[in-house]
Amino acid sequence: MNIYKRSGRATLLATGLAAAVSLTAGIANAADEVIMAVPTFLTGAGAPAFGVPARNGAEVIIEAINKGTLPAPYDKSGKGLAGRQIKALIYDESGGGAKQVTEFRNKVQRQNVDLFVGYISSGTCAAITPVAEELKMLTIFPICGTPRIFEEINKNPKYVFRTMGHATADGVAEAHYVKANMPGVKGYTGINQNYAWGQDSWRDFDLAMKQLMPGVPASDKAQWPKIFSGQYGTEISALMLSKEPLVHNSMWGGDLEAFIFQGAARGLFRKKKLLFSVADTSVYRLGKKVPTGVILGARGPYGIFAANVDTPLNNWFRKVYIDRYSVPPVGGSYQAAQGVLAAKYAYDKAAGMNGGKFPSKDQVIAALEGATYQGLAAKVHMNRSNGHQAATIHQIGILEWDKEAGEPIMTKVTTFPADCVMPPPGVNGTEWLKGGMKGAKC
Amino acid sequence: MQELIVILVDGLVFSSYLFMVAVGLTVIFGVMKILNVTHGSFYAFGAYMSATLIGAYYETDWPEFGGFLAIFAAALIIGVFFGIVLERGLLRFLYHRDEHIIVLATFAMFLVLEDVLMMIWGTDPYYAYEPMALLGIVDIAELTFDVYSLTLIGLAAIVGLGLWLGLTKTKWGKLLLAVIFDREISQAMGINVTVVFTVTFVIGAIMGALGGAYIAPTISVSPGIGVEVIVLAFAVVVIGGMGSIPGAMIGAVLVGVSRAAAVHKFPEIELFVIYAIMALVLAIRPEGLFAPAQARKI
Amino acid sequence: MRYLDKTVVGLSIVFVALVFADFFMAEWMRFIGLQSLARGAVALGLLVLWRTGLVSFGHALYFGFGAYAAAMLTLIGYHDAFLLVFAGTLSAGVLAFFLGFLLRRYRAIFFALLNMAFSMILYGVIVKTEELGSTDGFSVLTPTFLGYAPEGEAVQTTLFLFTLCFTYIITVGVHLYMKTTLGSMSMAVRENEIRVEYLGYSAEKVIHVKYVFSGLVAGFGGAIMALAVGQVDPDSMANWNVSGEFVFITILSGIGNVGATFIGAFVFELIRTYAFEYAPQIWQFILGGSLLAIIMFLPDGIWSLFSRFRKSEG
Repeated sequence: MNIYKRSGRATLLATGLAAAVSLTAGIANAADEVIMAVPTFLTGAGAPAFGVPARNGAEVIIEAINKGTLPAPYDKSGKGLAGRQIKALIYDESGGGAKQVTEFRNKVQRQNVDLFVGYISSGTCAAITPVAEELKMLTIFPICGTPRIFEEINKNPKYVFRTMGHATADGVAEAHYVKANMPGVKGYTGINQNYAWGQDSWRDFDLAMKQLMPGVPASDKAQWPKIFSGQYGTEISALMLSKEPLVHNSMWGGDLEAFIFQGAARGLFRKKKLLFSVADTSVYRLGKKVPTGVILGARGPYGIFAANVDTPLNNWFRKVYIDRYSVPPVGGSYQAAQGVLAAKYAYDKAAGMNGGKFPSKDQVIAALEGATYQGLAAKVHMNRSNGHQAATIHQIGILEWDKEAGEPIMTKVTTFPADCVMPPPGVNGTEWLKGGMKGAKC
Repeated sequence: MQELIVILVDGLVFSSYLFMVAVGLTVIFGVMKILNVTHGSFYAFGAYMSATLIGAYYETDWPEFGGFLAIFAAALIIGVFFGIVLERGLLRFLYHRDEHIIVLATFAMFLVLEDVLMMIWGTDPYYAYEPMALLGIVDIAELTFDVYSLTLIGLAAIVGLGLWLGLTKTKWGKLLLAVIFDREISQAMGINVTVVFTVTFVIGAIMGALGGAYIAPTISVSPGIGVEVIVLAFAVVVIGGMGSIPGAMIGAVLVGVSRAAAVHKFPEIELFVIYAIMALVLAIRPEGLFAPAQARKI
Repeated sequence: MRYLDKTVVGLSIVFVALVFADFFMAEWMRFIGLQSLARGAVALGLLVLWRTGLVSFGHALYFGFGAYAAAMLTLIGYHDAFLLVFAGTLSAGVLAFFLGFLLRRYRAIFFALLNMAFSMILYGVIVKTEELGSTDGFSVLTPTFLGYAPEGEAVQTTLFLFTLCFTYIITVGVHLYMKTTLGSMSMAVRENEIRVEYLGYSAEKVIHVKYVFSGLVAGFGGAIMALAVGQVDPDSMANWNVSGEFVFITILSGIGNVGATFIGAFVFELIRTYAFEYAPQIWQFILGGSLLAIIMFLPDGIWSLFSRFRKSEG
């Protein structure tokens, strides 16, 4: 063993440790900025479908907030959040709940983050909620499907908000749409990824169908492919052999696209009526390859559904987004942007109530609780779960290909009011569905 | 009856997929006794390269069927490049180390390559559906199948048979068998084990890449596809007997057909089929169904 | 005084120092420390196995089992940390005891992979159980400690102290056990099992005992992790890459010393934390790169640095 090598390694380690220690000293928070952590999927399968579009949407809004270029109704409140510039820390949401909780604590305590606007996966949101409350950290979930956040995990949130409707709304809106547009349907089956989102989506749709169309039977052979399996030949055969004409599908990302390629090649979409819960994430990317005539949702009035919303705010957003990323914004982009706008709205409103001075965290929270603010596609009503859970209109339609424009468009769109598809304040989603959706205003 | 035929066809297609995914792993393990986690990266790089080359090919107005050449070219490029770089640049320094350390090293390399993949191709998915569209459809038992997926059965058969013949009937194959049986004696007898190892690793890498390259037209080539393949390939190889090519084939058919039956009859249990078979086989025959016998050295 | 060797003294000094540090540490640092203790405990079990020449690629099975066992008790109203951790540890140990009858017959890569097969079955069962939140998992409420119900920062402080005490006892226990006849049998089994049999010992029994122990400590680590994070989910508790991380930590630490596993776990957490912060898009690259660097340049793990220093001083 030669000595030179040995000491070289020791020095390397010592330098490394010294660097690590010096880095732990923490980063000073400049007084004139707001540090906003934006966790989103930057790696893995969630990145192209949700993570990257969400990051892009958030970036467009954050930049406009900092420059003060947001159109009405956000054009009068000046630059930044209550006058302070946003410093965004965008980082990866991959790796599961435990890793994200660690990262959350790191960001709060070592990088002095002022608020979080992010998280896409229900699993991460579920893990973060108790920690955010414990650390008293203002956290806005722009996406996340599961209703459990405020129904089970924390029934009295103080610091955690969610700025879009939860997954119950998807199943209910889909069932309403089927009832109105396919009244004679003979039965339904499903193909959903075998993990929490797929299981919840199927359960909610199934429960809502049992209430709205009680005579229509569900298949006992709904398909449960493993998530990220990518090979659906066998499942497609089974679906084509099944007697039910309607197929519920909540797949997303690469799985969804693989399913579409393999299904289209075999004529599945001509033989069965497909209902896609979140396929809007892929429609622009697939272009001409999109299956037409299928029922499509986007978890609310987002993405392709917002293509024709003619407001200055939405027109500006689409233009900036398409100019910069050369693809139209999808659901995730809209939803993340909507989350950042909630921060803009709350900080500015709180500053207004604070005599124009920069507001405290409690004032920001008070300003957002129960508020109604303008999102890109629709108004957002923070009127569930003590004013921490949003409700918006919901839209479902039929996907077609517009030959003249050369892009996919939504037709036969039905808009459902928020109070039609979301359970009333204080009511558990599953119980509401089982009890016949009492109090729904459609 | 119709269902039975469909289960069989679906099962064989999926088995062929499993075999293509697993064969590279078993070749490398058989000769080098290395459980190669980087296999997942070969698969992913093969798929990306294939999608890129197919895309480029159909930009030109060359004959449509030439697109298939792009698939094999992609597998060759990726396999040869990564095979040589990894074996010569990393693994050869580790041959004297514990086998678990080598597994971990390939795991580390896999993590590195996952991010290299994203640096090269970004996070947006790639599509290469032309070859699949080109071959059209066929009806079997009154059900439509796409021909491309069915060709997978042929490819798997050719690859399996080719490797098996190459191993048992050629001079090279016999050298390999000698190395597999006793590496030190072979070296003493004048076999250039270093070259044997490099060539084996390259062949295994080409097989891994070919799996990805051939599947690429049927999927959305996007981040994370390599991870899923690793566990799947492990399971097939373990069931068949590590290092055995006929074993990988039988293992793939066993899993593929059982899974197809589960999807058609009891879709709820689909998730467990592969692990249940794996645990069962290991509990009864720990070396797998077709493991080569090993001498006991005292 | 034959029990008071250098390692025991060293561990005791570090233990006392950490107990004091607990009250001054930055919160995020304490959280990383907690995770290091939890993961380090699993690595300790792997180290014991490794000394007999066996490596498991599936110890997330016991980690996840312990975590879920503890977390499920909170669902039916039990919140005492002592009870939860005890239950998590014991249930994982019982599982290891039964699977041990099968697994002790296997060696080398088969042992590693059979463990992985079982861990993936557990993963599948959790994913299929919607009552337990499937892949989303479910939250674990703040534990109490024999009636004491801390709030705010005191939760983590108490939990850290609690974990520290048990980890200290386990680690010293393992160290002393290694010096007994049965303990030193490890190396013998690793070097030549057949000769061990000729000496009149049962190699399978030696392995079984160590396997159960590794299951127990992995369950302990899992239960601590569940309480520390406040959430259990299959992707961070029971998936195959979690098992991979445990082996990573074991190799990072080296098998030279029982205390090293905790240092290894801590270094692992630090690498990941900083990679996440400074290179959010290529953190896997950095993690994989560090692992490769350690395998290539520090073949005996981090501990070898310390022993080298000691040698060069002497």
